Amino acid sequence: MNRVVITGIGIYSCIGRNLEEVKDSLYHGKSGIGLDSERKNLGFRSSLTGIVERPVLKAMLNRRQRIGLAEQGEYAYMATIEAMKLANMDEEYLANENVGIIYGNDSSAKPCIEAVDTLRIKKDTALIGSGSIFQSMNSTVTMNLATIFKLKGINFTVSAACASGSHAIGLGYMMVKSGMQDKVICGGAQEVNYHSMGSFDGLGTFSIQEANPSASSRPFDKKRDGLVPSGGAATIIIESLESAKKRGANILGEVIGYGFSSNGDHISHPNIDGPARSLEMALEQAKVRAAEIAYINAHATSTLAGDLNEGKAILKVFGEKQPYLSSTKSMTGHEMWMAGASEIVYSLLMMQNGFIAPNINLEDPEDELKDLNFAFDVVEKDFDLFLSNSFGFGGTNSSLVIKKFD
Amino acid sequence: MNRDEIIEKINGFLVDEFEVEPEVIEPEANLKETLDLDSLDYVDLVVEIESNFGFKVNPEDFVGINTFQDFYEYVIQKAEAV
Repeated sequence: MNRVVITGIGIYSCIGRNLEEVKDSLYHGKSGIGLDSERKNLGFRSSLTGIVERPVLKAMLNRRQRIGLAEQGEYAYMATIEAMKLANMDEEYLANENVGIIYGNDSSAKPCIEAVDTLRIKKDTALIGSGSIFQSMNSTVTMNLATIFKLKGINFTVSAACASGSHAIGLGYMMVKSGMQDKVICGGAQEVNYHSMGSFDGLGTFSIQEANPSASSRPFDKKRDGLVPSGGAATIIIESLESAKKRGANILGEVIGYGFSSNGDHISHPNIDGPARSLEMALEQAKVRAAEIAYINAHATSTLAGDLNEGKAILKVFGEKQPYLSSTKSMTGHEMWMAGASEIVYSLLMMQNGFIAPNINLEDPEDELKDLNFAFDVVEKDFDLFLSNSFGFGGTNSSLVIKKFD
Repeated sequence: MNRDEIIEKINGFLVDEFEVEPEVIEPEANLKETLDLDSLDYVDLVVEIESNFGFKVNPEDFVGINTFQDFYEYVIQKAEAV
């Protein structure tokens, strides 16, 4: 079995358009949440959203390369070229080596809706245009990036709701560990638009604390009233230790455990047992004791039930010695299909730079969760082992354990 | 719209949509090669013509169109009929 190391990371999110900006935001507890007034006009309960600037790709990609990219594909492209640079893999390398891609994405609503809007007006499918189909499918990110970078290895998308990005890394880890694929570009992407969020808003699970957007996402806090949708993309390049050493690559961390489970319960309401089993499996795979984990990047989305049940699962698994805990969603909002990947990038940035990002807006934790070891403010701390949880609709759970490379 | 206006409009959207320098567009130049069109690009050409001139191109019509001049004449003829 191969050891699986991380040699490249890249990020494009509402708290920064690159690693440097994001690191600063994490350290200073800066929120990326704002308002999208168009949502209110359309009858949304909440206009709160992560604010993500669309990148301008005209100078970077030709027309055919751009035309099939949905917005989350644009974010994924930006995150991937940053990760490639760090991994010292240029386009020629990707085109000539056996590199795969496994990315998490679970919707591409905007191009689907726009295509049908055009069809209803024009009554002619030929007038939808050639890019729409490649933007509309869930696999839009992998089909486009695999084409742009001329990839020759494994190539597919993971759709697992809000655990998509985490499972993508987990599956890439299994590929590299087993020796089936030496190098994989993993990650997660999430579109940021009203088209994809109307039906979710309709469930009443979004925060409506619109008066102060940066304080609206408040995981674990008694005053939380729901999640804030957000998005962007995060890329993590993983490869076998042997491959990384052969290339002389800079190793940023090692994936040592992947756990997963299904709640076998309600479609949207989380439980405690499912996440606990995912956590325990990841620890068992990683061959580490719960007490060795220094930091947990919680899934906690700022919903009433979700935070409480995850907190209880962590209390159950980690017992007396609670690791530091924060939810970076307090700053980013819920990056959904991307979250499992972005939260690995966020946590790696913390591990590289010796700090734990604060769970901002956490003033008064739930009484039942008082024994959790929350990072209320930034904590200056060198650490070498963290765990990141991601849970999604349908009761899909994923946990990853990452270690500093030694 | 007279002939010159139609040609100007065509050249305008070709430069914008297919991102070519205006200088490469010569009446006798080959349309497909100059714009580097593949089968997907023809779909977008149909969309552009419809949105600029209001008529729907039958994809088979492209068979007889080789040069920019052929393309202009085809659009001029169709646009007059609209």
